[in-house]
Amino acid sequence: MSRGSRPARVGATPGKTLSTVILVIAGLAFAYPLYALGAFAFQPVGQHSGFTLDHLAALGDPVRGYQYRQLWEGIQNSVVIALVTVALMLVFLLPAMILAELRYRRLRQLIEFVCLLPISIPTVVLAVGFVPVYQQVWKITGSVAWILAFAIGIIVLPYAFRPIQANISGLDVVTLSEASRSLGAGWFRTVWSVILPNLRRGMLSAALLTVSVVLGEYTIASFLQQNTFQTGLALLQHADPYVASTFALAALIFVFLILALIGAAGSLGRNRKAPR
Amino acid sequence: MTDAIDTPPTGPLVIKGTPVQLIDVVKDFAGHRALGGVDLSVNPGEFVSLLGPSGCGKTTALRVISGLETISSGRILIDEKDVAHVPVNRRDIGMVFQSYSLFPHMTVRQNVEFGLRMRHVDRARRVFRADEALDMVGLSELAGRYAHQLSGGQQQRVALARALVTRPRVLLLDEPLSALDAKVRVTLRDEIRRIQRELGITTIFVTHDQEEALAVSDRVAVMSDGNIEQIGTPEELYLNPKSAFVADFVGISNKLPGTVSGTVVNVYGQHLPILGTAQPGEVTVYVRPEDITFATEGLPATVVSSSFLGSLRRTYVTLADGTLVAVQHDVIDQPVRDDEVRLRFKGRPTIVTARG
Repeated sequence: MSRGSRPARVGATPGKTLSTVILVIAGLAFAYPLYALGAFAFQPVGQHSGFTLDHLAALGDPVRGYQYRQLWEGIQNSVVIALVTVALMLVFLLPAMILAELRYRRLRQLIEFVCLLPISIPTVVLAVGFVPVYQQVWKITGSVAWILAFAIGIIVLPYAFRPIQANISGLDVVTLSEASRSLGAGWFRTVWSVILPNLRRGMLSAALLTVSVVLGEYTIASFLQQNTFQTGLALLQHADPYVASTFALAALIFVFLILALIGAAGSLGRNRKAPR
Repeated sequence: MTDAIDTPPTGPLVIKGTPVQLIDVVKDFAGHRALGGVDLSVNPGEFVSLLGPSGCGKTTALRVISGLETISSGRILIDEKDVAHVPVNRRDIGMVFQSYSLFPHMTVRQNVEFGLRMRHVDRARRVFRADEALDMVGLSELAGRYAHQLSGGQQQRVALARALVTRPRVLLLDEPLSALDAKVRVTLRDEIRRIQRELGITTIFVTHDQEEALAVSDRVAVMSDGNIEQIGTPEELYLNPKSAFVADFVGISNKLPGTVSGTVVNVYGQHLPILGTAQPGEVTVYVRPEDITFATEGLPATVVSSSFLGSLRRTYVTLADGTLVAVQHDVIDQPVRDDEVRLRFKGRPTIVTARG
């Protein structure tokens, strides 16, 4: 049968026109709130249109600086929390997953269950549970924000677990480690020189997702009365909604960049060309 | 570790053959006995295949030799030293796996150099050795490529070069050809044998493909239920199987009813000599298809099907009692379905088992 006479598979995929219409509607629904946020962020005070950079200029105004101090502190705290959370993920979750894959395969399902559990528990419930724990912790450490990484690390687990697991599933980790050991490498060299380099994609995606989750986390920080980017933004919303909108937009763009980076990481190695 | 690592970089790639011995090796897996007291002795420079059906323990036997599995009891001697408790990375073995095991983030050259890096061989020697090993498998020009840029056959060639570059004492091959297509399998099989002969390395090869085992091995160990049923040269196994399992597993055998009396067995009125001894009475007789021929006089049969196999033809016929019999014969004879034919046994010694 010639290609031209092949009957169309009805309902297999939407037609080109329908696809375009769906894409445009979804794109508008997604883009319009962002446009509105951007338009508002750069609107002159008391007007419904126009464009001004006065709100951003106010960030450097020493007289009004006190308004933004808490936000800057919140951003710093969030960055530190993000770094500590990524470190926790790399130090605890990653080795646990590799060990389960290589040595204790029966634990794989347990690890998956534990890692995905937080997604089924509302963050508010978790936060309420954290309050008495952190009251005791802060008696020892003092009220420092980075300790929140241990709590946020729990809600990050499902997002960190999946990309690493997907990466591990795509590799024959057991055979690679056996090949490495048969060639004279010990366990440490095997993990360091053979397994980890092949998990770079998963680790990078997990780290970037962790950063984006930490930057967007509000509930736990608010319940535990810590100043992070989101709580700072919520407070600033009352004092200067224009600058708050600017930062919210910047945070969204930052997260989009992170997602783009994850996408790029996903294609790492796939396009490697053979040397001539 | 082998002292061969310290040989000059310009020295030829020659590996001293090393004896390997398994003495009463038992391996239990959570209540299941995978190896039930295996005894195996492999001579220096010998190519021995472990052949058997799935679950017979052949891969487990290879893995306990490599150190990837520990043993429950027994001894494993490599070069007359007990290595049963030596970890895999210190056993100085080379291994090629069934699934492609090249490290995906490394080039072909880096893969081949990996074992040398683990042994802290300096860069000049590493480069020399890697080039030499890649040259041996005919892939020098692909040294800069990554695993995903190679075909399956090329990947297994690189894996072979990687396993041999450290001059290991023993080469272990765990069904390295089973993932390849038929043509590449035959080519690589012959190449492995050529390289093994050139290097003189003691080699243990696991396969479930009897043709592969018979074609390349000095000796073949046929395994069943965690034990070695018989070990011998391919000819010995084929012509003088010691058990019904070996007769049935190695090559094709017709299982025909017979009656033993003295040293012969009566099969459909014809007397055949018996391999070994058998109690008088009803038995099952194992007759190879090539030990049956078409004749003008003999056992009447009807042709069911006939297949052209290149250099020979295999025809299936049914006897009057409904027994299906395979006959291997010259391609000149071209029987067709429903032809009436006569069969004669050539009279070669045959193995028999008691009929329950």
